[in-house]
Amino acid sequence: MSAVPVARGEDGRVLAPFGRRRALVVSTRKVGAYVLLELADRDGPQADPGQFHMLATVQGWGAGVDERPFLPRAFSPMGSSGGHLWFMLEDVGPGTHRLSALKKGEALWVTGPLGAGFTLPDASNAGEAPSGGASPAFTGARRAILVAGGIGLPPIVAWSRALAEGAGAEVTLLLGFRDAAHAQVAASFTGAQLATDDGSAGHRGYVTELLEAELARDPHALVYACGPGPMLEAVRALTTALGIPAQLALESGMACGYGACFGCAVPLAAGGYARVCVDGPVMEAAALAAVPAH
Amino acid sequence: MSVSFCGLELAHPVINGSGTFDVIAAERAFGPALLADLPFSAYVSKTITLRPRAGNPPPRLWETAAGMVNSIGLPNKGVEAYLAEDLPRYAKLPVPLITNVMGATGAELAEVAAAVADRPEIAAIELNVSCPNVATGLDIGAVPSELEAVVRRVRAVTAKPLVVKLTPNTADVALCAQAAEAAGADAVSLINTLRAVALHPDAGGARWLGAGQGGLSGPAIRSVALAQVAAVAERVSVPVVGMGGLQRGAHAADLLSAGATLIAVGTESFRDPGAGKRVARELAELTGRATHPGAPRHP
Repeated sequence: MSAVPVARGEDGRVLAPFGRRRALVVSTRKVGAYVLLELADRDGPQADPGQFHMLATVQGWGAGVDERPFLPRAFSPMGSSGGHLWFMLEDVGPGTHRLSALKKGEALWVTGPLGAGFTLPDASNAGEAPSGGASPAFTGARRAILVAGGIGLPPIVAWSRALAEGAGAEVTLLLGFRDAAHAQVAASFTGAQLATDDGSAGHRGYVTELLEAELARDPHALVYACGPGPMLEAVRALTTALGIPAQLALESGMACGYGACFGCAVPLAAGGYARVCVDGPVMEAAALAAVPAH
Repeated sequence: MSVSFCGLELAHPVINGSGTFDVIAAERAFGPALLADLPFSAYVSKTITLRPRAGNPPPRLWETAAGMVNSIGLPNKGVEAYLAEDLPRYAKLPVPLITNVMGATGAELAEVAAAVADRPEIAAIELNVSCPNVATGLDIGAVPSELEAVVRRVRAVTAKPLVVKLTPNTADVALCAQAAEAAGADAVSLINTLRAVALHPDAGGARWLGAGQGGLSGPAIRSVALAQVAAVAERVSVPVVGMGGLQRGAHAADLLSAGATLIAVGTESFRDPGAGKRVARELAELTGRATHPGAPRHP
Protein backbone atom coordinates (compact mmCIF):
# COMPACT_ATOMS: atom_id res chain seq x y z
CA MET A 1 0.00 0.00 0.00
CA SER A 2 1.01 3.56 -0.55
CA ALA A 3 2.58 5.22 2.45
CA VAL A 4 0.37 8.27 2.03
CA PRO A 5 -3.45 8.17 2.08
CA VAL A 6 -5.23 9.50 -1.00
CA ALA A 7 -7.04 12.80 -0.51
CA ARG A 8 -9.32 14.10 -3.26
CA GLY A 9 -10.28 17.65 -4.12
CA GLU A 10 -13.78 18.96 -4.77
CA ASP A 11 -13.54 17.99 -8.45
CA GLY A 12 -12.40 14.46 -7.53
CA ARG A 13 -8.73 14.64 -8.47
CA VAL A 14 -6.08 13.16 -6.21
CA LEU A 15 -4.46 16.06 -4.37
CA ALA A 16 -0.69 16.45 -4.25
CA PRO A 17 1.13 17.02 -0.97
CA PHE A 18 2.16 20.70 -1.05
CA GLY A 19 5.66 21.35 -2.32
CA ARG A 20 8.34 19.18 -3.83
CA ARG A 21 9.59 16.07 -2.05
CA ARG A 22 12.48 13.69 -2.45
CA ALA A 23 12.11 10.33 -4.15
CA LEU A 24 14.78 7.75 -4.86
CA VAL A 25 15.58 5.76 -7.97
CA VAL A 26 14.87 2.08 -7.33
CA SER A 27 15.75 0.82 -10.80
CA THR A 28 16.30 1.89 -14.38
CA ARG A 29 15.97 -0.28 -17.45
CA LYS A 30 16.56 0.47 -21.10
CA VAL A 31 13.96 -1.02 -23.41
CA GLY A 32 14.62 -0.20 -27.05
CA ALA A 33 14.54 3.57 -27.44
CA TYR A 34 13.08 4.18 -23.98
CA VAL A 35 14.23 4.15 -20.37
CA LEU A 36 11.92 2.78 -17.70
CA LEU A 37 12.41 4.45 -14.35
CA GLU A 38 11.09 3.16 -11.03
CA LEU A 39 11.02 5.56 -8.07
CA ALA A 40 10.40 5.00 -4.39
CA ASP A 41 8.08 7.89 -3.54
CA ARG A 42 7.15 7.04 0.03
CA ASP A 43 5.71 10.50 0.74
CA GLY A 44 3.38 10.57 -2.28
CA PRO A 45 -0.17 9.20 -2.69
CA GLN A 46 -1.28 6.84 -5.43
CA ALA A 47 -2.05 8.79 -8.61
CA ASP A 48 -5.06 8.38 -10.87
CA PRO A 49 -4.31 7.30 -14.47
CA GLY A 50 -3.62 10.42 -16.55
CA GLN A 51 -2.36 12.54 -13.69
CA PHE A 52 1.28 13.64 -13.82
CA HIS A 53 4.30 14.53 -11.72
CA MET A 54 6.95 17.23 -12.08
CA LEU A 55 10.42 15.69 -11.91
CA ALA A 56 13.91 17.14 -11.52
CA THR A 57 17.09 15.51 -10.31
CA VAL A 58 18.50 16.82 -7.02
CA GLN A 59 22.04 16.68 -8.43
CA GLY A 60 23.15 17.83 -11.87
CA TRP A 61 19.94 19.60 -12.92
CA GLY A 62 21.35 22.47 -14.98
CA ALA A 63 24.61 20.72 -15.77
CA GLY A 64 23.76 19.87 -19.37
CA VAL A 65 24.15 21.64 -22.71
CA ASP A 66 23.46 25.40 -22.39
CA GLU A 67 23.37 24.98 -18.57
CA ARG A 68 20.00 23.27 -18.87
CA PRO A 69 17.65 21.83 -17.71
CA PHE A 70 16.41 24.60 -15.44
CA LEU A 71 12.72 23.83 -14.98
CA PRO A 72 11.28 20.51 -13.76
CA ARG A 73 9.72 18.25 -16.40
CA ALA A 74 6.19 16.81 -16.48
CA PHE A 75 5.69 13.04 -16.79
CA SER A 76 2.60 10.91 -16.42
CA PRO A 77 3.40 7.62 -14.68
CA MET A 78 2.57 4.25 -16.23
CA GLY A 79 2.10 2.88 -12.73
CA SER A 80 1.59 4.25 -9.23
CA SER A 81 1.13 1.96 -6.25
CA GLY A 82 2.62 1.01 -2.93
CA GLY A 83 4.65 4.21 -2.73
CA HIS A 84 6.33 3.49 -6.05
CA LEU A 85 6.08 5.32 -9.38
CA TRP A 86 6.97 3.96 -12.81
CA PHE A 87 7.88 6.35 -15.64
CA MET A 88 8.93 5.95 -19.25
CA LEU A 89 11.40 8.40 -20.79
CA GLU A 90 13.03 9.07 -24.11
CA ASP A 91 16.27 11.04 -24.27
CA VAL A 92 15.22 13.87 -26.57
CA GLY A 93 16.43 17.03 -24.78
CA PRO A 94 18.34 18.31 -21.76
CA GLY A 95 15.70 17.28 -19.21
CA THR A 96 15.12 13.75 -20.47
CA HIS A 97 18.87 13.39 -21.10
CA ARG A 98 19.64 13.96 -17.43
CA LEU A 99 16.75 11.78 -16.26
CA SER A 100 17.80 8.98 -18.64
CA ALA A 101 21.24 8.97 -17.00
CA LEU A 102 19.86 8.38 -13.48
CA LYS A 103 21.38 5.56 -11.47
CA LYS A 104 19.87 3.46 -8.71
CA GLY A 105 19.88 5.36 -5.41
CA GLU A 106 19.97 8.85 -6.93
CA ALA A 107 17.48 11.41 -5.60
CA LEU A 108 14.81 13.35 -7.47
CA TRP A 109 12.52 16.25 -6.60
CA VAL A 110 8.93 15.18 -7.19
CA THR A 111 5.74 17.25 -7.11
CA GLY A 112 2.45 15.49 -7.70
CA PRO A 113 0.19 13.85 -8.57
CA LEU A 114 -1.06 16.89 -10.50
CA GLY A 115 -3.89 17.63 -12.88
CA ALA A 116 -7.05 15.75 -13.78
CA GLY A 117 -6.88 12.14 -14.98
CA PHE A 118 -9.06 10.01 -17.25
CA THR A 119 -12.70 9.55 -16.33
CA LEU A 120 -15.60 7.46 -17.53
CA PRO A 121 -18.24 9.48 -19.38
CA ASP A 122 -21.06 7.40 -17.93
CA ALA A 123 -23.66 9.71 -16.44
CA SER A 124 -23.89 7.51 -13.33
CA ASN A 125 -20.39 8.67 -12.50
CA ALA A 126 -21.22 12.35 -12.78
CA GLY A 127 -20.31 14.28 -9.69
CA GLU A 128 -18.34 11.44 -8.21
CA ALA A 129 -14.65 11.04 -7.97
CA PRO A 130 -12.81 10.09 -11.15
CA SER A 131 -12.85 6.35 -11.15
CA GLY A 132 -9.23 5.79 -12.06
CA GLY A 133 -6.70 4.45 -9.64
CA ALA A 134 -8.55 1.62 -7.95
CA SER A 135 -11.24 -0.29 -9.85
CA PRO A 136 -13.65 1.74 -11.93
CA ALA A 137 -17.11 0.31 -12.34
CA PHE A 138 -17.40 0.26 -16.10
CA THR A 139 -21.18 0.30 -16.23
CA GLY A 140 -21.61 1.19 -19.88
CA ALA A 141 -21.67 -1.50 -22.53
CA ARG A 142 -19.47 0.67 -24.73
CA ARG A 143 -16.05 -0.50 -25.74
CA ALA A 144 -13.09 1.67 -24.76
CA ILE A 145 -10.49 2.23 -27.46
CA LEU A 146 -7.19 3.37 -25.98
CA VAL A 147 -4.75 4.98 -28.38
CA ALA A 148 -1.11 5.65 -27.54
CA GLY A 149 1.57 7.25 -29.69
CA GLY A 150 5.21 6.78 -28.68
CA ILE A 151 6.02 8.51 -25.41
CA GLY A 152 2.26 8.89 -24.81
CA LEU A 153 2.12 5.23 -23.78
CA PRO A 154 2.42 5.54 -19.94
CA PRO A 155 -0.97 7.07 -18.99
CA ILE A 156 -2.69 4.80 -21.53
CA VAL A 157 -1.08 1.77 -19.86
CA ALA A 158 -2.20 3.02 -16.44
CA TRP A 159 -5.76 3.62 -17.67
CA SER A 160 -5.99 0.26 -19.47
CA ARG A 161 -4.99 -1.51 -16.25
CA ALA A 162 -7.57 0.42 -14.25
CA LEU A 163 -10.28 -0.42 -16.80
CA ALA A 164 -9.27 -4.07 -16.91
CA GLU A 165 -9.53 -4.28 -13.13
CA GLY A 166 -13.00 -2.75 -13.29
CA ALA A 167 -16.04 -4.81 -14.10
CA GLY A 168 -17.20 -5.32 -17.66
CA ALA A 169 -14.68 -3.20 -19.47
CA GLU A 170 -13.93 -4.21 -23.02
CA VAL A 171 -10.70 -2.50 -23.96
CA THR A 172 -8.98 -2.24 -27.34
CA LEU A 173 -5.40 -1.04 -27.27
CA LEU A 174 -3.92 0.70 -30.33
CA LEU A 175 -0.23 1.52 -30.12
CA GLY A 176 1.80 3.60 -32.56
CA PHE A 177 5.57 4.08 -32.69
CA ARG A 178 8.16 5.58 -35.00
CA ASP A 179 9.88 2.24 -35.64
CA ALA A 180 10.54 -1.23 -34.23
CA ALA A 181 13.16 0.06 -31.75
CA HIS A 182 10.53 2.28 -30.17
CA ALA A 183 7.87 -0.45 -30.41
CA GLN A 184 9.99 -2.87 -28.39
CA VAL A 185 8.45 -1.50 -25.17
CA ALA A 186 5.04 -2.71 -26.35
CA ALA A 187 6.11 -6.38 -26.58
CA SER A 188 4.28 -7.27 -23.36
CA PHE A 189 0.92 -5.96 -24.60
CA THR A 190 -0.05 -9.11 -26.46
CA GLY A 191 -3.58 -8.11 -27.36
CA ALA A 192 -2.65 -4.69 -28.74
CA GLN A 193 -2.72 -3.61 -32.37
CA LEU A 194 0.56 -2.07 -33.45
CA ALA A 195 1.52 0.51 -36.07
CA THR A 196 4.90 1.97 -36.94
CA ASP A 197 5.66 4.93 -39.18
CA ASP A 198 8.26 2.95 -41.14
CA GLY A 199 6.45 -0.38 -41.11
CA SER A 200 9.26 -2.14 -39.25
CA ALA A 201 6.66 -3.60 -36.86
CA GLY A 202 2.91 -4.00 -37.24
CA HIS A 203 0.81 -1.86 -39.56
CA ARG A 204 2.83 0.54 -41.68
CA GLY A 205 1.44 4.01 -41.03
CA TYR A 206 -0.11 6.04 -38.24
CA VAL A 207 -1.95 4.62 -35.26
CA THR A 208 -4.79 7.01 -36.10
CA GLU A 209 -5.41 4.89 -39.21
CA LEU A 210 -6.03 1.93 -36.91
CA LEU A 211 -8.40 4.11 -34.89
CA GLU A 212 -10.28 5.18 -37.98
CA ALA A 213 -10.82 1.54 -38.96
CA GLU A 214 -12.01 0.62 -35.45
CA LEU A 215 -14.45 3.52 -35.31
CA ALA A 216 -15.83 2.63 -38.74
CA ARG A 217 -16.67 -0.80 -37.32
CA ASP A 218 -17.90 0.42 -33.93
CA PRO A 219 -19.17 4.01 -33.84
CA HIS A 220 -20.38 3.56 -30.24
CA ALA A 221 -16.91 3.18 -28.77
CA LEU A 222 -15.27 5.59 -26.33
CA VAL A 223 -11.81 6.90 -27.16
CA TYR A 224 -8.91 7.69 -24.83
CA ALA A 225 -5.64 8.90 -26.33
CA CYS A 226 -2.19 10.18 -25.45
CA GLY A 227 0.67 10.98 -27.77
CA PRO A 228 2.40 13.76 -29.70
CA GLY A 229 0.47 16.95 -30.52
CA PRO A 230 -0.13 16.14 -34.20
CA MET A 231 -1.44 12.65 -33.30
CA LEU A 232 -3.82 14.04 -30.69
CA GLU A 233 -4.96 16.71 -33.13
CA ALA A 234 -5.80 13.94 -35.61
CA VAL A 235 -7.72 12.04 -32.91
CA ARG A 236 -9.53 15.23 -31.90
CA ALA A 237 -10.53 16.05 -35.48
CA LEU A 238 -11.65 12.47 -36.20
CA THR A 239 -13.69 11.90 -33.03
CA THR A 240 -15.22 15.37 -33.07
CA ALA A 241 -16.33 14.92 -36.68
CA LEU A 242 -17.91 11.56 -35.79
CA GLY A 243 -19.42 12.81 -32.53
CA ILE A 244 -17.59 10.16 -30.55
CA PRO A 245 -16.64 11.01 -26.96
CA ALA A 246 -12.88 11.19 -26.59
CA GLN A 247 -10.54 12.17 -23.80
CA LEU A 248 -7.07 13.35 -24.72
CA ALA A 249 -4.13 13.38 -22.30
CA LEU A 250 -2.28 16.49 -23.47
CA GLU A 251 1.37 17.35 -23.19
CA SER A 252 2.77 20.86 -23.04
CA GLY A 253 5.89 22.63 -22.02
CA MET A 254 5.15 23.99 -18.54
CA ALA A 255 7.22 25.70 -15.90
CA CYS A 256 5.32 24.77 -12.76
CA GLY A 257 2.63 22.09 -13.23
CA TYR A 258 0.19 23.65 -10.72
CA GLY A 259 -1.38 26.61 -12.49
CA ALA A 260 1.10 29.30 -11.52
CA CYS A 261 2.90 30.11 -14.76
CA PHE A 262 0.09 30.04 -17.37
CA GLY A 263 2.65 28.69 -19.85
CA CYS A 264 0.78 25.55 -20.94
CA ALA A 265 -2.09 27.19 -22.82
CA VAL A 266 -4.31 25.08 -25.07
CA PRO A 267 -6.97 26.80 -27.24
CA LEU A 268 -10.61 26.02 -26.40
CA ALA A 269 -13.44 25.52 -28.89
CA ALA A 270 -15.44 28.09 -26.94
CA GLY A 271 -12.61 30.64 -27.27
CA GLY A 272 -9.77 31.53 -24.96
CA TYR A 273 -7.33 29.08 -23.44
CA ALA A 274 -7.20 26.41 -20.75
CA ARG A 275 -4.16 25.45 -18.70
CA VAL A 276 -3.05 21.90 -19.49
CA CYS A 277 -1.69 21.48 -15.96
CA VAL A 278 -4.81 22.28 -13.89
CA ASP A 279 -7.68 22.12 -16.42
CA GLY A 280 -6.08 18.98 -17.95
CA PRO A 281 -3.89 17.20 -18.77
CA VAL A 282 -6.85 14.97 -19.69
CA MET A 283 -9.45 17.03 -21.55
CA GLU A 284 -12.52 16.27 -23.61
CA ALA A 285 -11.56 16.43 -27.30
CA ALA A 286 -14.76 18.32 -28.14
CA ALA A 287 -13.79 21.13 -25.74
CA LEU A 288 -10.61 21.93 -27.68
CA ALA A 289 -10.21 24.17 -30.71
CA ALA A 290 -7.02 22.33 -31.67
CA VAL A 291 -4.13 20.50 -30.06
CA PRO A 292 -0.95 22.58 -30.41
CA ALA A 293 2.02 20.84 -32.05
CA HIS A 294 4.31 21.83 -29.15
CA MET B 1 11.40 38.57 11.35
CA SER B 2 8.15 40.54 11.20
CA VAL B 3 8.25 43.66 9.09
CA SER B 4 6.18 46.80 8.50
CA PHE B 5 5.37 47.73 4.92
CA CYS B 6 3.10 50.63 3.97
CA GLY B 7 1.22 50.29 7.24
CA LEU B 8 0.87 46.50 6.91
CA GLU B 9 2.41 44.27 9.58
CA LEU B 10 3.79 41.19 7.86
CA ALA B 11 5.04 38.03 9.56
CA HIS B 12 8.22 37.94 7.45
CA PRO B 13 9.64 39.83 4.45
CA VAL B 14 8.92 37.18 1.77
CA ILE B 15 6.00 37.71 -0.63
CA ASN B 16 5.34 36.47 -4.17
CA GLY B 17 5.92 38.25 -7.46
CA SER B 18 2.66 38.99 -9.28
CA GLY B 19 1.73 36.24 -11.73
CA THR B 20 4.01 33.60 -10.25
CA PHE B 21 1.67 31.86 -7.79
CA ASP B 22 -2.05 31.37 -8.37
CA VAL B 23 -3.57 30.41 -5.01
CA ILE B 24 -6.89 29.42 -6.58
CA ALA B 25 -5.22 26.98 -8.99
CA ALA B 26 -2.82 25.83 -6.26
CA GLU B 27 -5.80 24.96 -4.07
CA ARG B 28 -7.13 22.75 -6.87
CA ALA B 29 -3.78 20.94 -7.02
CA PHE B 30 -2.79 20.81 -3.35
CA GLY B 31 -6.08 21.16 -1.50
CA PRO B 32 -7.43 23.77 0.89
CA ALA B 33 -4.80 23.19 3.59
CA LEU B 34 -2.42 25.25 1.45
CA LEU B 35 -4.43 28.41 2.01
CA ALA B 36 -3.97 28.29 5.76
CA ASP B 37 -0.26 27.68 5.34
CA LEU B 38 0.61 30.07 2.53
CA PRO B 39 4.35 30.40 1.73
CA PHE B 40 4.09 34.23 1.60
CA SER B 41 3.49 36.94 4.21
CA ALA B 42 1.31 38.88 1.76
CA TYR B 43 -0.28 37.66 -1.45
CA VAL B 44 0.06 39.58 -4.72
CA SER B 45 -2.59 38.52 -7.22
CA LYS B 46 -1.98 38.23 -10.96
CA THR B 47 -2.39 41.36 -13.05
CA ILE B 48 -5.98 42.30 -13.81
CA THR B 49 -7.13 44.66 -16.52
CA LEU B 50 -10.35 46.53 -17.19
CA ARG B 51 -11.60 43.94 -19.68
CA PRO B 52 -10.88 40.19 -19.84
CA ARG B 53 -7.79 39.08 -21.76
CA ALA B 54 -7.21 35.61 -23.23
CA GLY B 55 -3.44 35.93 -23.20
CA ASN B 56 -0.92 35.24 -25.93
CA PRO B 57 -1.03 32.34 -28.39
CA PRO B 58 1.26 29.44 -27.44
CA PRO B 59 4.11 28.64 -27.25
CA ARG B 60 4.46 30.88 -24.21
CA LEU B 61 7.64 29.54 -22.61
CA TRP B 62 11.29 29.05 -23.47
CA GLU B 63 13.93 27.63 -21.14
CA THR B 64 17.29 29.40 -21.06
CA ALA B 65 20.54 28.99 -19.19
CA ALA B 66 19.50 29.52 -15.54
CA GLY B 67 16.15 30.96 -16.40
CA MET B 68 13.20 31.17 -18.72
CA VAL B 69 11.53 33.52 -21.15
CA ASN B 70 7.78 33.87 -20.79
CA SER B 71 5.26 35.47 -23.07
CA ILE B 72 2.01 34.85 -21.25
CA GLY B 73 0.20 38.04 -22.21
CA LEU B 74 -1.57 38.74 -18.91
CA PRO B 75 -4.60 36.44 -19.32
CA ASN B 76 -7.21 37.49 -16.78
CA LYS B 77 -10.96 37.64 -16.34
CA GLY B 78 -11.19 41.42 -16.09
CA VAL B 79 -11.75 43.56 -13.02
CA GLU B 80 -15.49 42.95 -12.77
CA ALA B 81 -15.17 39.14 -12.59
CA TYR B 82 -12.10 39.49 -10.36
CA LEU B 83 -14.15 41.39 -7.80
CA ALA B 84 -17.13 39.04 -8.07
CA GLU B 85 -15.40 35.65 -8.23
CA ASP B 86 -11.80 35.86 -7.03
CA LEU B 87 -11.88 38.50 -4.32
CA PRO B 88 -14.16 36.50 -1.98
CA ARG B 89 -11.65 33.63 -2.18
CA TYR B 90 -8.61 35.85 -1.67
CA ALA B 91 -10.37 37.41 1.32
CA LYS B 92 -10.10 34.04 3.09
CA LEU B 93 -6.30 34.07 2.90
CA PRO B 94 -4.55 34.47 6.24
CA VAL B 95 -2.33 37.24 4.81
CA PRO B 96 -2.98 40.72 3.31
CA LEU B 97 -3.93 40.91 -0.38
CA ILE B 98 -2.09 43.17 -2.82
CA THR B 99 -4.05 43.54 -6.06
CA ASN B 100 -1.96 44.09 -9.19
CA VAL B 101 -3.61 46.14 -11.94
CA MET B 102 -2.63 47.25 -15.43
CA GLY B 103 -4.05 49.51 -18.11
CA ALA B 104 -2.97 50.53 -21.60
CA THR B 105 -3.37 54.22 -20.73
CA GLY B 106 -3.33 56.33 -17.59
CA ALA B 107 -7.10 56.73 -17.85
CA GLU B 108 -7.64 52.97 -18.09
CA LEU B 109 -5.25 52.26 -15.23
CA ALA B 110 -7.06 54.83 -13.06
CA GLU B 111 -10.38 53.20 -13.95
CA VAL B 112 -9.21 49.74 -12.86
CA ALA B 113 -7.64 51.16 -9.71
CA ALA B 114 -10.84 53.05 -8.89
CA ALA B 115 -12.84 49.84 -9.29
CA VAL B 116 -10.80 48.11 -6.59
CA ALA B 117 -10.06 51.19 -4.47
CA ASP B 118 -12.90 50.91 -1.96
CA ARG B 119 -12.80 47.15 -1.38
CA PRO B 120 -11.78 46.45 2.22
CA GLU B 121 -10.47 42.97 1.26
CA ILE B 122 -7.66 44.65 -0.66
CA ALA B 123 -4.78 45.88 1.49
CA ALA B 124 -2.74 47.56 -1.23
CA ILE B 125 -2.66 48.13 -4.99
CA GLU B 126 0.33 47.34 -7.21
CA LEU B 127 0.53 49.07 -10.60
CA ASN B 128 1.94 47.11 -13.51
CA VAL B 129 3.37 49.85 -15.74
CA SER B 130 5.06 47.48 -18.20
CA CYS B 131 2.28 47.92 -20.75
CA PRO B 132 3.54 49.38 -24.04
CA ASN B 133 2.36 52.85 -25.01
CA VAL B 134 0.63 52.27 -28.37
CA ALA B 135 2.04 55.50 -29.81
CA THR B 136 5.70 55.16 -28.76
CA GLY B 137 6.11 51.39 -28.33
CA LEU B 138 7.88 52.08 -25.04
CA ASP B 139 6.52 50.74 -21.78
CA ILE B 140 4.42 53.35 -19.94
CA GLY B 141 6.78 52.93 -17.01
CA ALA B 142 9.94 53.36 -19.09
CA VAL B 143 9.64 57.13 -19.47
CA PRO B 144 9.83 59.00 -16.12
CA SER B 145 7.52 61.86 -17.15
CA GLU B 146 4.88 59.49 -18.51
CA LEU B 147 5.15 57.26 -15.44
CA GLU B 148 4.74 60.25 -13.14
CA ALA B 149 1.57 61.35 -14.95
CA VAL B 150 0.09 57.84 -14.78
CA VAL B 151 0.83 57.38 -11.09
CA ARG B 152 -0.68 60.81 -10.32
CA ARG B 153 -3.93 59.76 -12.00
CA VAL B 154 -4.10 56.57 -9.95
CA ARG B 155 -3.05 58.31 -6.75
CA ALA B 156 -6.03 60.62 -7.15
CA VAL B 157 -8.53 57.74 -7.06
CA THR B 158 -7.31 55.71 -4.08
CA ALA B 159 -6.07 56.19 -0.56
CA LYS B 160 -4.83 52.60 -0.39
CA PRO B 161 -1.09 51.95 -0.27
CA LEU B 162 0.14 52.21 -3.86
CA VAL B 163 3.08 50.08 -5.03
CA VAL B 164 4.53 50.84 -8.46
CA LYS B 165 6.07 47.78 -10.16
CA LEU B 166 8.87 49.36 -12.16
CA THR B 167 9.99 48.08 -15.53
CA PRO B 168 13.69 47.18 -15.84
CA ASN B 169 13.54 47.87 -19.60
CA THR B 170 14.45 51.53 -19.28
CA ALA B 171 17.52 53.74 -19.42
CA ASP B 172 17.57 54.73 -15.75
CA VAL B 173 15.35 52.78 -13.39
CA ALA B 174 16.20 55.06 -10.45
CA LEU B 175 14.83 58.08 -12.34
CA CYS B 176 11.61 56.13 -12.90
CA ALA B 177 11.47 55.26 -9.20
CA GLN B 178 11.90 58.94 -8.29
CA ALA B 179 9.11 59.87 -10.69
CA ALA B 180 6.81 57.30 -9.07
CA GLU B 181 7.68 58.61 -5.61
CA ALA B 182 7.11 62.22 -6.66
CA ALA B 183 3.67 61.23 -7.96
CA GLY B 184 2.68 59.76 -4.61
CA ALA B 185 3.68 56.09 -4.76
CA ASP B 186 3.96 54.53 -1.29
CA ALA B 187 6.46 51.89 -2.47
CA VAL B 188 8.15 50.59 -5.58
CA SER B 189 8.77 46.98 -6.61
CA LEU B 190 11.38 45.62 -9.01
CA ILE B 191 12.55 44.02 -11.16
CA ASN B 192 9.99 42.84 -13.67
CA THR B 193 11.23 40.52 -16.46
CA LEU B 194 13.89 41.68 -18.91
CA ARG B 195 12.73 41.90 -22.53
CA ALA B 196 13.92 38.81 -24.38
CA VAL B 197 13.50 36.80 -27.55
CA ALA B 198 13.88 33.08 -28.31
CA LEU B 199 14.35 31.60 -31.77
CA HIS B 200 12.75 28.41 -33.02
CA PRO B 201 15.36 25.64 -32.81
CA ASP B 202 14.45 24.17 -36.21
CA ALA B 203 13.29 27.14 -38.23
CA GLY B 204 16.23 29.40 -39.09
CA GLY B 205 15.61 32.69 -37.36
CA ALA B 206 11.86 32.39 -36.81
CA ARG B 207 10.59 33.48 -33.41
CA TRP B 208 9.63 30.68 -31.03
CA LEU B 209 7.16 32.46 -28.77
CA GLY B 210 3.65 32.95 -30.11
CA ALA B 211 3.76 36.67 -29.37
CA GLY B 212 7.27 37.09 -30.79
CA GLN B 213 8.97 38.29 -27.64
CA GLY B 214 8.75 37.89 -23.90
CA GLY B 215 10.53 38.51 -20.63
CA LEU B 216 13.49 36.76 -19.03
CA SER B 217 13.34 35.67 -15.39
CA GLY B 218 15.14 33.30 -13.05
CA PRO B 219 18.65 33.27 -11.57
CA ALA B 220 20.02 34.58 -14.91
CA ILE B 221 18.72 38.05 -13.92
CA ARG B 222 19.70 38.01 -10.22
CA SER B 223 22.73 40.31 -10.59
CA VAL B 224 20.70 42.77 -12.64
CA ALA B 225 18.03 42.80 -9.93
CA LEU B 226 20.63 43.48 -7.26
CA ALA B 227 22.06 46.41 -9.25
CA GLN B 228 18.66 47.96 -9.96
CA VAL B 229 17.35 47.50 -6.40
CA ALA B 230 20.51 49.14 -5.02
CA ALA B 231 20.27 52.02 -7.50
CA VAL B 232 16.60 52.64 -6.66
CA ALA B 233 16.99 52.28 -2.88
CA GLU B 234 19.71 54.95 -2.92
CA ARG B 235 17.46 57.46 -4.63
CA VAL B 236 14.02 57.04 -3.03
CA SER B 237 12.82 57.10 0.55
CA VAL B 238 9.75 54.90 0.04
CA PRO B 239 10.15 51.17 0.73
CA VAL B 240 11.39 48.89 -2.03
CA VAL B 241 10.17 45.37 -2.84
CA GLY B 242 13.14 43.56 -4.36
CA MET B 243 12.87 40.58 -6.65
CA GLY B 244 14.60 38.90 -9.55
CA GLY B 245 16.01 35.40 -9.68
CA LEU B 246 16.31 34.78 -5.97
CA GLN B 247 16.39 31.11 -5.01
CA ARG B 248 17.74 30.98 -1.47
CA GLY B 249 17.71 32.92 1.79
CA ALA B 250 21.19 34.25 0.99
CA HIS B 251 19.87 35.85 -2.20
CA ALA B 252 17.03 37.42 -0.22
CA ALA B 253 19.56 38.76 2.29
CA ASP B 254 21.52 40.30 -0.60
CA LEU B 255 18.44 42.19 -1.77
CA LEU B 256 17.69 43.36 1.77
CA SER B 257 21.32 44.55 2.05
CA ALA B 258 20.82 46.44 -1.20
CA GLY B 259 17.98 48.34 0.44
CA ALA B 260 14.85 46.25 -0.07
CA THR B 261 12.23 46.09 2.71
CA LEU B 262 10.42 43.08 1.27
CA ILE B 263 11.58 40.52 -1.23
CA ALA B 264 9.44 38.55 -3.66
CA VAL B 265 9.90 35.00 -4.91
CA GLY B 266 8.86 34.43 -8.51
CA THR B 267 10.30 31.89 -10.91
CA GLU B 268 11.70 29.74 -8.09
CA SER B 269 8.12 28.94 -7.05
CA PHE B 270 7.70 27.23 -10.44
CA ARG B 271 10.57 24.87 -9.59
CA ASP B 272 9.65 24.50 -5.95
CA PRO B 273 6.06 25.35 -4.94
CA GLY B 274 7.19 25.82 -1.32
CA ALA B 275 10.08 28.13 -2.26
CA GLY B 276 8.60 31.13 -0.42
CA LYS B 277 8.48 29.25 2.86
CA ARG B 278 11.98 27.84 2.36
CA VAL B 279 13.46 31.25 1.51
CA ALA B 280 11.80 32.84 4.56
CA ARG B 281 13.17 30.09 6.81
CA GLU B 282 16.68 30.34 5.37
CA LEU B 283 16.57 34.12 5.67
CA ALA B 284 15.51 33.90 9.31
CA GLU B 285 18.36 31.48 10.01
CA LEU B 286 20.85 33.82 8.33
CA THR B 287 19.69 36.95 10.11
CA GLY B 288 19.49 35.15 13.44
CA ARG B 289 23.07 33.97 13.05
CA ALA B 290 24.84 37.12 11.83
CA THR B 291 24.73 40.60 13.34
CA HIS B 292 22.56 42.45 10.85
CA PRO B 293 23.26 41.14 7.37
CA GLY B 294 19.74 41.77 6.21
CA ALA B 295 18.91 45.00 7.99
CA PRO B 296 17.23 47.44 5.61
CA ARG B 297 19.16 50.64 5.11
CA HIS B 298 15.91 52.54 4.79
CA PRO B 299 13.67 51.41 7.61
